[in-house]
Amino acid sequence: MDPIIHKSDRQPPIPLEVRLPLGKLSGVAQARRLQEALSRLEGVRQAHVNLAQNEAHVIYEPSVGTAALLEAISRTGIEVGSAELRAHIAGMHCASCVDRIEKTLQAVPGVLQASINPTTEIAQVKYLPGSVDFATLKAAVESTGYQTAHPLEQPASPDQEIAAHQKEYRTLMAKFWFATAVSIPTILVAYPNLSWLYAPYLVSPEVPEAVVRWLWIISGLLALPVMFYSGRQFFSGAWSALRHHAADMNTLIALGTGAAWIYSTVALIFPRLFPQGTAEPFYDVTAVVTALVVLGQALEGRAKGQTSQAIRKLIGLQAKTARVLRQGREMEIPVEEVEVGDVVVVRPGEKIPVDGVIVEGQSALDESMVTGESLPVDKKPGDEVIGATVNTTGSFKFRATKVGKDTALAQIVKMVQDAMGSKAPIARLVDVVSSYFVPAVMILSILTFLVWFNFGPSPALAFAMVTAVTVLIIACPCAVGMAVPMSLVAGLGKAAEHGVLIRNGQALQYAAQLKTIVLDKTGTITKGKPELTDAVTAPGFDEPTLVHLAASADRPSEHPLAQAIVKGAQARGLELAEPSAFNAIPGHGVETVVEGKRVLVGNRKLMLREGIETLALQGAVERLQGEGKTAMYVAVDGQAAGVVAVADTLKEDSAQAIRVMKEMGLEVVMLTGDNERTARAIAKQVGIDRVLAEVLPEDKANQVHALKAQMKKGQKVGMVGDGINDAPALVEADVGFAIGTGTDVAIEAADITLMSGSLKGVAFAIEISQATMRNAKQSLFGAFIYNVLGIPVAAGVLFPFFGILLSPILAGAAMAISSVTVVTNANRLRLFRARSFTQA
Amino acid sequence: MLILVNLIGLALIAWIVWYFWIYKKEGVAVTEVAGVQEINVVVKGGYDPDVIVVKRGKPVRLHFTRQESALCSEMVVFDKLGQSVKLPEGESVTVEFTPQQTGEIPFQCQMGMLRGKVVVTS
Repeated sequence: MDPIIHKSDRQPPIPLEVRLPLGKLSGVAQARRLQEALSRLEGVRQAHVNLAQNEAHVIYEPSVGTAALLEAISRTGIEVGSAELRAHIAGMHCASCVDRIEKTLQAVPGVLQASINPTTEIAQVKYLPGSVDFATLKAAVESTGYQTAHPLEQPASPDQEIAAHQKEYRTLMAKFWFATAVSIPTILVAYPNLSWLYAPYLVSPEVPEAVVRWLWIISGLLALPVMFYSGRQFFSGAWSALRHHAADMNTLIALGTGAAWIYSTVALIFPRLFPQGTAEPFYDVTAVVTALVVLGQALEGRAKGQTSQAIRKLIGLQAKTARVLRQGREMEIPVEEVEVGDVVVVRPGEKIPVDGVIVEGQSALDESMVTGESLPVDKKPGDEVIGATVNTTGSFKFRATKVGKDTALAQIVKMVQDAMGSKAPIARLVDVVSSYFVPAVMILSILTFLVWFNFGPSPALAFAMVTAVTVLIIACPCAVGMAVPMSLVAGLGKAAEHGVLIRNGQALQYAAQLKTIVLDKTGTITKGKPELTDAVTAPGFDEPTLVHLAASADRPSEHPLAQAIVKGAQARGLELAEPSAFNAIPGHGVETVVEGKRVLVGNRKLMLREGIETLALQGAVERLQGEGKTAMYVAVDGQAAGVVAVADTLKEDSAQAIRVMKEMGLEVVMLTGDNERTARAIAKQVGIDRVLAEVLPEDKANQVHALKAQMKKGQKVGMVGDGINDAPALVEADVGFAIGTGTDVAIEAADITLMSGSLKGVAFAIEISQATMRNAKQSLFGAFIYNVLGIPVAAGVLFPFFGILLSPILAGAAMAISSVTVVTNANRLRLFRARSFTQA
Repeated sequence: MLILVNLIGLALIAWIVWYFWIYKKEGVAVTEVAGVQEINVVVKGGYDPDVIVVKRGKPVRLHFTRQESALCSEMVVFDKLGQSVKLPEGESVTVEFTPQQTGEIPFQCQMGMLRGKVVVTS
């Protein structure tokens, strides 16, 4: 029993090591106190608190468990920086399994605490960020024989939504097949004179009445499960609505099928109550109408799923994992666990997991899925990268700046989802109509009944009943209510696919009504950055020398025009010299010594001051200014050497986009602070006729206001700007477009945000808005006409003239088709091809 | 008989007009706990409760739970607030806002078939 021998007998336990991130430490004293508290714990071999890194490094035996460490830490009043996730655990029945799963979860390295609420079946797991992922926890839970579902704080993934839709589709189809199976024999009973179709030899006009009666009773009984299984949602929906003093489509179908069944049953049981010839049951209506409407709902649900395909595609763009550098190691973690400040490693062909700024390396990124820009964009250290875009061939590291719900992609998704739930003004009008629609149809149905009952031909009661039921069934409030929202969802999704984010239904409707579009010049039509465009030499100088000297002289200057010349020279591959003397003369230019020569670069005033003869260059200067460029003289050793010109250049596709806008019948106006001449020169290049020049920045909103005042009713004015400097004008406009926002998608002032810098996006936004509104109006018109024509026909207005009466079964089919048609029409928008992107 | 049927029909019409159009619903007042006005709303063929009375200036939290699989009620839209949320079946989804003005804030499903409103009092 020697303890020493006993000890050597045993395998010493392999110590575990953990680094716990801590909350704010108040100072050395607290750190020491914590260190002591941890060391005192039995089984802890070593504990060290690092004040600089805010973490506790603990080496301990497995018997201790992280929960004890946590408890010790929290007793000293310090928080442990941990992440938390909630997961749903399915199929828990007993308290003992709770305990088992908790223990299993706690044994996972990196898990600090796990607790399960057996009533909600939700496990709450605290863990060290970056050390545990959901898959590990899932595996741990499954090792105990239970199933776990996705972490709850993650929004329902598109897959789950699809799964829910598919489940609903399958349920509805099962209901449909059941109703169909019942419908067939019921129809055969209802139309005995059709029996030659399927049993030509059994035709006998003398089927005993008792047999017919029994067949009817069987039909009636079979129709019951059809109503309460296949058509249950109609009755439960109608009942809930009724309790809320509301009525909807369910009310109409429930009333229609229910009334048919009750009438038939009463007629069957008490035929004497009815006048001669009216005691005809019509159970076939109950069964067949239920089957048809359920089928319509199933098809409609399926088509609806396709309408929001675009947004699902967006959500699906999100990368699942990220490779981050932590503690000097590269580790792959779920994207949800990436934190701001993490350095993320991206290899060729990989997806960028979150938003950030490149710190090392360079590459070209395909950003088309987010910005709609088809060409890859070059990125170098300091440039922003957007999550969900795809790296091409280079590899690089970037620092995460936005994660989770703050990433551009998450914001885009949220914005599009919000917009899809918003209302177009036209839909508000429809809402008013639809709130009166269903009760109105019920009243019409009663009136129809009374008119037939009082004035109809014999058997009046049967006619009255059939027409009243037909009116209830043919009316389709759903088609009316769905028309605008369905088109909106499809159109907004299509726009988002091209990097165009439309804030809400109103923005979309107004964009479709645009008459005039105002384009800010700088940064919208042009790139917003001056570039070196021309170099005109005086006799005795060649162009490279001129540019070389001008750029070298300008090199120390911070002035944007000077910088443009330097960049232009570099772009031409010229080596620049360092000036040995440099003097910037405000309002004039620069005075320098380059390679021993005295070089002046500046305006006419500088030349006059220095007494330099510039007459030979006068013509060139005037021509350049006429083109909207800024010309600068260059003088070398007291001699005019030439002129260099700098201008804000056009974006490549501005002219094309403006042409498309004009083709759409829009009046395009350019708004700028530049002088009239410069403004006209630019306007001419892109084909704009109307120019508002010399407008002070604070006056832009007033100009937009003035334009709005000139509009007729229903005509709207749009304004395109960069979203920051032009914010007041964007707000003033009926539709404000913020262009080239990149990752900063949530520009408040803008109704429509374009992630790319191209004006083509504006043209596209207007085109898709027009197409969407056209689509919505088609559906709305169709649905409206359908009801306006269908209801009177169902009521039998054609009967006195042509003897035409609609069967309730045909009415059910028409109703189902009409709502499916609306959704299908909206889906056509997914195939929309815009002129602005297809024209070269 | 003829007269009786006609009278019943007309009475039904009158009832429909009264029940669906004229009847004013009474709202459910929300109690305030720790400065937040919280209430659960069950979504099943309608919103229950569908008229919710709250006080101005205090945060309101509506916890929606959709207890049906019909796709109609899949989304609840607060047009006035510019908010809309998807309601996965069986999950509680919270809509939070702080009403600043008295008046009505309607909410509805995407098609406008199911409706409810938040009545803001001072």
